[in-house]
This record gives sequence, C-alpha cells and structure tokens, in this order.
Amino acid sequence: MEQAAFYIFAALAVVASLLVIGLRSPMHSVILLIVSFGALSGLYLLLDAPFTAVTQIIIYAGAIMVLFLFVVMLLNAHTEDDMGGPRISGPAMGVGALLSVLLAAEMLWALQRLGVTGFGPDPGGSASISSVARIGGALFTTHAFAFEVTSILILVAMVGAVVIARREH
Amino acid sequence: MISLNHYLVLSGILFSIGTAGVFVRKNLITILLSIEIMLNAVNLTFVAVGRYLGTVDGQIITFFVMTVAAAEAAVGLALVIALFRHRETLIPDAFTLLKW
Repeated sequence: MEQAAFYIFAALAVVASLLVIGLRSPMHSVILLIVSFGALSGLYLLLDAPFTAVTQIIIYAGAIMVLFLFVVMLLNAHTEDDMGGPRISGPAMGVGALLSVLLAAEMLWALQRLGVTGFGPDPGGSASISSVARIGGALFTTHAFAFEVTSILILVAMVGAVVIARREH
Repeated sequence: MISLNHYLVLSGILFSIGTAGVFVRKNLITILLSIEIMLNAVNLTFVAVGRYLGTVDGQIITFFVMTVAAAEAAVGLALVIALFRHRETLIPDAFTLLKW
C-alpha cells in the first residue's frame, strides 16, 4: 500500500516536472508545477511529515504559484514565440540537456554505491517526528534566531519587490 | 519496502529536471519555475533524511527553504516585470547589457 502510494506520487511528480519544462505555454507550466507540488506533498505525508505537507500546499501551491500565475497573466505572454527577441539556439540547448542527463547519471551512480537503507519505526507519542508540537518547540527555541532572521528577510524582499517593480515617473 | 534510497533517487531525478529546465528553456518565468523544482527536490531530501535520522530538523530546514523561496519568487518576479517593461521580451538572450 505504502509502496504503491510512493510510486504513484513519484511518477506524478516526475511527469509533471518534465511537462513543466517541456510545454511551451508558461500558463500550463505553472499549473503543472502545482500538480508536482501536490504529489510532493503526498510524499511528505508518507514520510510522517504532515506539517510540511500542509505548508507545502498552503505556501507553495497557494501563495507562490498564485504569484507566478499573476505575473504570467499580467505580462500576457502565451508562448515563447510571443515574446520577441532572438530565436532559440539549437546546439546550446543540446549541450545543456546533455549536462543535465550527466548530472542525473552521476547522482544515481553515487546513490547506488550508498546501499539500501530502510527507515526505522517512528517512536510515536511526544517524541514522534510527525508531532507539530515538537516542530514548534524546536523552531522557537533552537532555531529562534534563524526564525527571526527570516522575518527580516521577508520584510526586505517585500520592500525590494515593490521598489523594483515600481513604474518610474 | 520503500527505503531512504528511493527518496534520494527521486530527489536527484527532480533536481536534474530542474537544471535541464534552466539550461534548455529561454523564458525567464519558466527558468524561475525550474529553480522552484530544484528547491523542492532539495526539500524532499531534507525531509527524507530527517525521517531517517528521527529528528524534526529536516522539516525545520524545509520550512526555512520555503520562506526563502517565497522571498526569491517575489523579488525574481518583480525583476521579470521590470525587465519586460524595458525590453518587451522575456528571453534572457535579449538582456546582454552587462555582458563583456
């Protein structure tokens, strides 16, 4: 059962991601990326991480992808042909694709040397890694400084985005 | 039985798809989407290894990665809008002002 769920979600994530980089319309790419994020969210559930699964849906599929959709619609660029500028060059694309395939082969070769390692059972109770209380405790004690720094990062990014996208008068 | 290796292999494949997108596509928005694919592949690694080691640290790092990804998307898309306003195109080859 768990095995079947893993393979379904994994296949969904890989196929959706391939279509994201394969389709010419940015709108279709964004919507397929949401599908891919949904599949990853299912994988997080299989990994006993319900908090991460929910934040994946809310933040990624909910907030970030809506931002992307908003910009795609705002710029009204349906396909790459609509965008003007120089045409896509063939040889450079081939080299890039080859490099990515090499990267995948290298990683698979390295992982194959690692040997198969199974997961231990989740301890359960208050020590369970699926416990949101434990995540919150670690986030606001051990990682409290990093948490505060991210709030400053968000503020800077917000002001920066407004300044960059503002129309000059 | 699904092992840690299955998740790491899946993550490696997704990361390679993301790099392929950055190399192959000539559209600033799709390149940003490819970066999101790569960030998600890394997130999957963090959560899987965190599950393997029995700690919540993997999930906490994933939380921070999501925050940084949100900031990156906001600034990146603002840059895309500003670039489109200047050149009326989204193809990176059109922006060569700083090229030596």
